[in-house]
Amino acid sequence: MRIRITGGRVIDPANGVDCWQDLYVAEGRIAGLGTPPAGFTEERVIDATGLVVCPGLVDICARLREPGEEHKGTIASETRAAACGGITTLCCPPDTTPVVDTPAVVELLRRRAKLAGNAWVWPLGALTAGLCGEQLSEMAALKAAGCVGVSNAARPVENTHVMRRAMEYAATHGLKVFLNPEDAWLGRGCVHEGEISARLGLAGIPETAETVIVARDLLLIEQSEVEAHFVHLSTARAVELVAEAQARGLPVTADVTAHHLHFTDTDVGAHDNRYHVRPPLRTQRDRRALRAGVVQGAIAAICSDHQPHEANAKLAPFADTEPGISGLETLLPLTLALVEAGVIGLGDAIARLTIGPARILGVDAGTLSQGAAADICVFDPRRRWVLEPARMLSCGLNTPLAGGTLTGRTRYTLLGGALVHAGEDSSHG
Amino acid sequence: MKTTDIDVDALLAPMAEHLRPLVEEAAEPVMIGIHTGGVWVAERLHQRLGLKESLGELDISFYRDDFTRIGLNPQVRPSHLPFNVDERRIILVDDVLHTGRTIRAALNEIFDYGRPAAVLLVVLVERSGRELPIQADVVGTHMDLVQGEHVKLNGPQKLRLTVHKLS
Amino acid sequence: MIEVPAGRTENLQLDERGRLRHFLTIEGLSRDMLLGILDAAESFVSVGRQAVKKVPLLRGKTIVNLFFETSTRTRTTFELAAKRLSADVLNINVATSATAKGETLLDTLRNLEAMYCDMFVVRHASSGAAHFIAGHVADHISVINAGDGQHAHPTQAMLDMFTIRRHKGEFSDLKVVIVGDILHSRVARSQIHALRTLSTGELRVVAPKTLLPGHLGRQGIRVFHDLAAGIRDADVVIMLRLQKERMQGALLPSTHEYFQLYGLTEERLAGAKPDAIVMHPGPINRGVEMESEVADGPHSVILQQVGYGIAVRMAIMSMIMHPAQDAPGAAG
Repeated sequence: MRIRITGGRVIDPANGVDCWQDLYVAEGRIAGLGTPPAGFTEERVIDATGLVVCPGLVDICARLREPGEEHKGTIASETRAAACGGITTLCCPPDTTPVVDTPAVVELLRRRAKLAGNAWVWPLGALTAGLCGEQLSEMAALKAAGCVGVSNAARPVENTHVMRRAMEYAATHGLKVFLNPEDAWLGRGCVHEGEISARLGLAGIPETAETVIVARDLLLIEQSEVEAHFVHLSTARAVELVAEAQARGLPVTADVTAHHLHFTDTDVGAHDNRYHVRPPLRTQRDRRALRAGVVQGAIAAICSDHQPHEANAKLAPFADTEPGISGLETLLPLTLALVEAGVIGLGDAIARLTIGPARILGVDAGTLSQGAAADICVFDPRRRWVLEPARMLSCGLNTPLAGGTLTGRTRYTLLGGALVHAGEDSSHG
Repeated sequence: MKTTDIDVDALLAPMAEHLRPLVEEAAEPVMIGIHTGGVWVAERLHQRLGLKESLGELDISFYRDDFTRIGLNPQVRPSHLPFNVDERRIILVDDVLHTGRTIRAALNEIFDYGRPAAVLLVVLVERSGRELPIQADVVGTHMDLVQGEHVKLNGPQKLRLTVHKLS
Repeated sequence: MIEVPAGRTENLQLDERGRLRHFLTIEGLSRDMLLGILDAAESFVSVGRQAVKKVPLLRGKTIVNLFFETSTRTRTTFELAAKRLSADVLNINVATSATAKGETLLDTLRNLEAMYCDMFVVRHASSGAAHFIAGHVADHISVINAGDGQHAHPTQAMLDMFTIRRHKGEFSDLKVVIVGDILHSRVARSQIHALRTLSTGELRVVAPKTLLPGHLGRQGIRVFHDLAAGIRDADVVIMLRLQKERMQGALLPSTHEYFQLYGLTEERLAGAKPDAIVMHPGPINRGVEMESEVADGPHSVILQQVGYGIAVRMAIMSMIMHPAQDAPGAAG
């Protein structure tokens, strides 16, 4: 299908592009910017007047809940929600049931994602068998099956010897390790350890639960020479440690969740379950440092950390609820809110959602380069809209933004040139 | 509000005389006053009659039927009945008999303590407006008041009756 | 710009006229409300001393003791309080029933609601449980928090305030010290809120660092790690219970060492004011929190606390079921 996307502001940070030009798509690939390729006859026109046209968003961490927890979500439903949020590529952690530690599960995931046809799904393989932190997983097989990296998801690897060898083994196979820095012992709690936890009488997770492991893992990364990425930083100190290591030339990257850039432990307020997440929301000081890290680039990606839940999972006293926010449909507006608040420029914001995460994953995505897959997000940066729970596409309605008002909404999403999402105020010929 | 020119002390004398035959019978009755005005009246009657048993005092706040409207009274004083109620003849004393609800509550409370042989009601003022089938056995004076008018006994030293108009 | 819908607010406990609808935590209640509860409790103290220990205030009402954590003491005092108000009482020990079989908290609630009760008295191991229940229960049902995780135990705090007022008078003149495991104590949290709201002269805590939450200094509370220093010239000494689990949690080496450093002995108590009172929420671990001579001595008001506990609970239940026209302290 030959498509012309016309009248929009094309922003492609990977290629330093920010201009009001038409974008041309042919055979599922980017065919031209500004000028059509020779002999181009459009079969469809997408009117992007006044809208932003950028690469389809790349979400570095989203849980699809399949296989194993289909009552919380499925590959079909969640990738559909991703498409609605302008996300065309997403990476899912290996903590499914069964765990992604065999090629069979990887193949299942990729096959189901392809069938659903809403987004490209890149799985992470397990770092250790069963995520138990004791035996190495068959990393070579997992890589061959299509994993872009390995991770122990949210299960801490306490045994430092195992962690070291796992990193070395991953390095051997050119696999990047994705690390969730949380200490198994200090991490026992459900909110940030501070004034709020003291007041509410909830078990607190101190800053050191994260920083102790970031420090440990940085040293092990150095020793093993593996490429590594820290997932979901939540403390100012951790940002400092990572930036320092990057300055020394260590190949390490980091991401932050969209909600950590907006909310703090104060939002937990009176045991508000909507804000029960891991890592926990921390202080204003931490939020400032996370934002600064995103602006300066120490944190190269903003992700959704999408964790859809069924209603019951959040209907209990705070500590008894399951942590996690359903974030695919709010990743873009939450990021745009930072632009509106003057924290970061639009171009850089889009970079953190496209080329930044794409480079971390090492996948061919996040750009509008000539010949690249036509994964495109067209959005209205000024559109104010209400996130009505009844109209959310994810199976999980667990977000503090449910019923809230957001600014910035995806109008069209194209995946490999196919229109996988057209918003309600869209009109396309 | 106006103070009446009723001589309260003068009313107490005939009331006491009405009660005297009862007191002089074989089994001496006991007297209970209802807080607050009823206790003031009872104290004076108790003294005039020279009763041997101490005066009992009843606070009926917990037994009121209008709780849902007015709520808990934080100034509740404990009821104090320094005698056994079973088989006794009780002279129950209150200042004003109006709707009858206070007496109903007082009877309920007394019967939670035991089973009296008889209860005799003595009031200083009986006024119009009864809402329950309650009657006094000894009355100091009758007053006919209209809707919105209330009579109040003031004390504790010098007893005076005042009439209030509530708008 | 994002607009997030607000969550539930703390003042779930008050109705639109500021009257008590639930009793979940001391936080968010005004000074006037707390004093109103203490005043109401005064009237109920005498009920316990009469020959007929009953008043008909809650006749025809059904109160359910919904205890997800076992506790004979607290449950018994609530049961007595309810019965003295002539209410019908249902005791449900959920630890051994449905929830153990996997029924969710909400389902348990719905089943109980179907039985047309008027009030739940709830004790639960999770902080925020009472709020959660109050937020999900049918409109006509009121909830009293009998202890939720480490968050709050407001009726205990009220009976402690009642005890202090009865024995020591005006709060603003007093130095009150709380000793023990503040970090894990819902009692301490509620007491601290109450003492601050009632403008207590000076509020102190004494505990090792491992048993103290951070940020107390910021609330104007004086923190001590040494008992002798903390107890000097105190008017009220509140000893908290030490749970055996703290030894396993790498918070304390032994009860022996705890007693050496923080146990209340007659000698240490001599450092407080000569007419100081000693309180304890109970049950006491003799030889750990205090020695027997103190527990049974002239300064101890521990046994009186129990009696006051019934009166305070009667007052709170009555205030909720029979709200006055205006909240305590309202103008007019």
